Amino acid sequence: MFAVEMRGIVKRFGDLVANDHINFELKQGEVHALLGENGAGKTTLMCILYGLYHADEGSIYVNGQKVTITSPRDAISLGIGMVSQHFTLVPPLTVAENVVLGYNPGVRLNPHEIRRRVAEAAERFGIEVKPDALVRHLSVGERQRIEILKALYRNARVLIMDEPTAVLVPQEVDILFETLLRLQREGLSVVFISHKLNEVMTICDRITVLRNGQNVGTVFKQDVNQRKLAQMMVGRETFGVTRQGERNRGEPVLRIENLSAVDNKGLPALKSVSLEVASGEILGIAGVSGNGQSELTHVLSGTMKPTSGKIFVDGQDITGADPATITCAGVGRIPEDRHGGVVGELTVAENMTLETLDEYTRNGMLDRKRMLEYASELIEEFQIKARPTDRARTLSGGNMQKLILARTLARQPKVVLASQPTRGLDVGATEYVRKKLLEQRERGAAVLLISEDLDEIMALSDRIAVIYEGKIVGVLDAHEATPEKLGLLMTGAQEVVSHA
Amino acid sequence: MLKFRIERAPSPVWMRPLLPLLAVLITFVITSVFILLAKANPLTAYYYYLTSPFTNRVSMIEILVKATPLILTGASVTIAFASGYWNIGAEGQLYAGALAAAWIGTEVGGWHPLLAILAMLLGGFLAGMIWASIPALLKVKLAVDEVVTTLLLNSVIVFIISALLNGPWRDPVSGWPQSPTIADSAVFPKLIPRSRLHLGFVVAVMMVLLIWFILSKTPLGLRMRASGLGQEAARFMGVNIQRTMLIAALLSGGIAGLAGVGEVAGIHFHLIDALSNGLGYTGIIAATLGGLNPFGAGLAAIFLGLLDTGAQSVSRSLGVPIFLGNVVQSTLLLVTLGVFMLQNYRIRRV
Amino acid sequence: MDFNFFIGLIAATFRVATPLIYGTLGELFCERAGILNLGIEGTMFIGSFVGFAVADATGSLWLGVLAAVVSGMVGGLIMSLFAVRLGVNQHVSGLGTTLLLTGLSLFLFRVVYGIQRIQPAIKPFQLLSPFGELPVLGPIFQQYALTYIAILLIPLAWWVLYRTNFGLSIRSVGENPEAADAAGINVYRVRTIALMIGGGLMAVGGAFLSIGQLGSFTFGIIAGRGWVCIALIIFANWMPARVLWGALLFGLIEALQLRLQTTGLKLPYEAFLALPYIVTVAALAIAGRNATGPAAVLKPYKRE
Repeated sequence: MFAVEMRGIVKRFGDLVANDHINFELKQGEVHALLGENGAGKTTLMCILYGLYHADEGSIYVNGQKVTITSPRDAISLGIGMVSQHFTLVPPLTVAENVVLGYNPGVRLNPHEIRRRVAEAAERFGIEVKPDALVRHLSVGERQRIEILKALYRNARVLIMDEPTAVLVPQEVDILFETLLRLQREGLSVVFISHKLNEVMTICDRITVLRNGQNVGTVFKQDVNQRKLAQMMVGRETFGVTRQGERNRGEPVLRIENLSAVDNKGLPALKSVSLEVASGEILGIAGVSGNGQSELTHVLSGTMKPTSGKIFVDGQDITGADPATITCAGVGRIPEDRHGGVVGELTVAENMTLETLDEYTRNGMLDRKRMLEYASELIEEFQIKARPTDRARTLSGGNMQKLILARTLARQPKVVLASQPTRGLDVGATEYVRKKLLEQRERGAAVLLISEDLDEIMALSDRIAVIYEGKIVGVLDAHEATPEKLGLLMTGAQEVVSHA
Repeated sequence: MLKFRIERAPSPVWMRPLLPLLAVLITFVITSVFILLAKANPLTAYYYYLTSPFTNRVSMIEILVKATPLILTGASVTIAFASGYWNIGAEGQLYAGALAAAWIGTEVGGWHPLLAILAMLLGGFLAGMIWASIPALLKVKLAVDEVVTTLLLNSVIVFIISALLNGPWRDPVSGWPQSPTIADSAVFPKLIPRSRLHLGFVVAVMMVLLIWFILSKTPLGLRMRASGLGQEAARFMGVNIQRTMLIAALLSGGIAGLAGVGEVAGIHFHLIDALSNGLGYTGIIAATLGGLNPFGAGLAAIFLGLLDTGAQSVSRSLGVPIFLGNVVQSTLLLVTLGVFMLQNYRIRRV
Repeated sequence: MDFNFFIGLIAATFRVATPLIYGTLGELFCERAGILNLGIEGTMFIGSFVGFAVADATGSLWLGVLAAVVSGMVGGLIMSLFAVRLGVNQHVSGLGTTLLLTGLSLFLFRVVYGIQRIQPAIKPFQLLSPFGELPVLGPIFQQYALTYIAILLIPLAWWVLYRTNFGLSIRSVGENPEAADAAGINVYRVRTIALMIGGGLMAVGGAFLSIGQLGSFTFGIIAGRGWVCIALIIFANWMPARVLWGALLFGLIEALQLRLQTTGLKLPYEAFLALPYIVTVAALAIAGRNATGPAAVLKPYKRE
């Protein structure tokens, strides 16, 4: 009998199928890894188990009994606990208050009482905490321990850990693993969501690999090695659109020197990144989401200021410049999230011209006619299924992305910054976008492609840099890059001497 | 048993145009309860509300008179909200404009009426703008939330005016706390002789046109709308959000100031502290009902003026307290807001 | 200005601060749970009216207070429906609620009393002397029952927020509703209850003015005190103990101006009335980015 069994789980978000008929079994007392790239569906699946999401189809069994989990309360009462990536702690409260939140019987909240109980539990489970400390003063590692204690305090027999080591330093990782193994000996079952191969191989007994919302296989640790897992994770198919032929690399147009930045929590996200992109080449940045790509995109787009370092476009220093200046410097930007680059309630024409409105102003008034004309031109050239007067939010994902591409590429930029350009798009739109990027390369633009899709990176890039935990851990020429090599770099397994 | 689940997904398109109708219907039902409490027949009351003002010339004109300041405050709030700037201070900015008008009005004694009125309008606009600049600058430079500051400043300017009216500006003739009557040259001419409809109405219509022009015809307006509809994307596309909001706030303040000028130069002819009984807040209702569209706000303001006028005849004929008008207006606002939100939900059979 | 002046001043300060304490404590519960409740002005208004009307009808002042509490809770429910359940923008929900409750109070007043030449009045609460006739400091301890209750409510509010599980839920819902949700707390329910508690308290503040002091209900009875409470919350940095000091400070200013009027001081008394507002705006300016209350205020919470 399994501790947890999930059968035929289906979860859709609009058109996107996040979980596609997934079967998953967790044996009692095992540490089971859920491995896959971002967007593979791992977190979604576990959020369903924990009651934060509702599955569209499928069923869940706990200890052999069929159960319905509609909220975290249900999951907790079934003995399921979750430590998520984004800690669900309340910073201004104390450790003890956070641990007992929602789980303290009676009306009264006695600080001495809860301090005692929490200290007892901490000792029982061997987790070191300071019950009276305020959570906002604690380090990331300490916060995570509290999250674990929270789950155990609620008598969890199944513990879901979502990318637990993403924010830990190596020493804290050791402590975490020690703790997990000890708890495992006491009968706790653990689901360990991760994309880091070496850790998975260290601590887990069995590994289930998810890819594009599907379960591609469950294996025992002793039957695989990191290479094989990387293969399972990233797959082997390639799309139809690929880079043809070598190009003579021109001069570097985009230069990034020792760029550092922090994320919105104030933690370091980019650590002294240095890159160069020459005209007529595509430099792909591969990496699992959350390793600094967002911050890199934001800094290069002008929506975030770096803490140090410099950015040059054709010799012009655009470090810390605002978006308008960056556009003027000849940088075409395709944002990570389409909705952060298009105002849904404005029309297609307005979205296409807002960046360069001065060109459509005559005598202080908007030249709507020219705006519509321009929009019509772009619509035809880029085959966008929309009219200039349609509201942007009515466009499909693919067409919205074409809108962004159109307005960006039509200006013949020197540098194209493409961030997750095909995320959430269907096959046709994806091919179109990739074709356009290659066209830019032909044209002589310097293209910086940031993508979580390794197939895409490999198909399009002349050179590939891998980003891991905010650092560039390797730069490979296309012909020497293989999925295995890249997979290992992406998951921190090794570092390669960079080929600049 | 059928189980339903309410989920977050856009509601079917056929529902959209029905929503305003639904809002009015629900408002009717809810307010009927209060009308019944006042021992009157709801249907009769609504007849008086909506149709009796059209039965005679005086009330028809009164609709526009009542609507005049509401059109202005509605336009003021519209441009602010449309840009993402939550200006709750139209009430105070209106008073600032009224203050300026009352002062200028007594200083332009021998001027040509055209110049005098121009001075009043300009002064009132500037005063409203200045009063609006305080919270606007706090927001833009120091990231202080504008809702609380604009609200608080509403009270401050009322105190300032009260101090003036009870002190240096107390009418020497009557001794009442009201400012000296403004000069004849500063009085707004009547649009229809022997009626209460004054130049302010024309100014109001012009402001609606101005706001419409700015928002739909100028680059500034497009940037304002982008700022209000999608700040993150607007910033990505190079819009200077802070500058845009500041301009919106200042324009908003100026227009609200004009509403104050109208009340002084067209209705009361001097400054009193009961000049506005919530005209600024009702402007927020007009702007919201109007869907943040200047013409919509104008129409909503006229509708609210109709309700105000109708409330008077409901009160006279049925003995229903005049405050029913306030109840109807605020219920309509809340219900409309609620109904708008229903657009985001869909009921699915489970 | 002699010693008696100061004694009288302190005594008056407590009286004047009473509605501010109720209103601010009420708003405190709302904002700690993550809701900016601009419906406070209207809630105090309707509390004032209902308290008066029921007291007049039943002859019992305390029944009036109770009825006011109920009306305030209804006000809280209205806010909850729009700002919590439907996720409507909190600013407009609050203003709409204030306009509705204010209009309703005025309307119902006219319905019940009609238009009368003489303002309907009742015998209000009397000052209590729980400690007997104290020498010297006597007047300070001669306060209304509701004033004493208000002062006792401060430690009670502190106890509820910091020493009960419900208070813990309120605090977490106001800081990080996702965390509270993940811990199994029903965010909607906690916010609704907080709004109802807040509304009840605010309404008592309004009732104090009509049946506690004045003995009648006038249209200008609240006169913007609700907005002062919004300011006071920020001043008090969202903590119950500071609410008392803030309310006393603002009460002192108002009590002072009432007394200074008689001394023929040159400064217009409106300057004193305006002082709390100006001080708050200045305080906000200084605090700037750091004047943040509970982290989740103004953000509606929805689960997928």
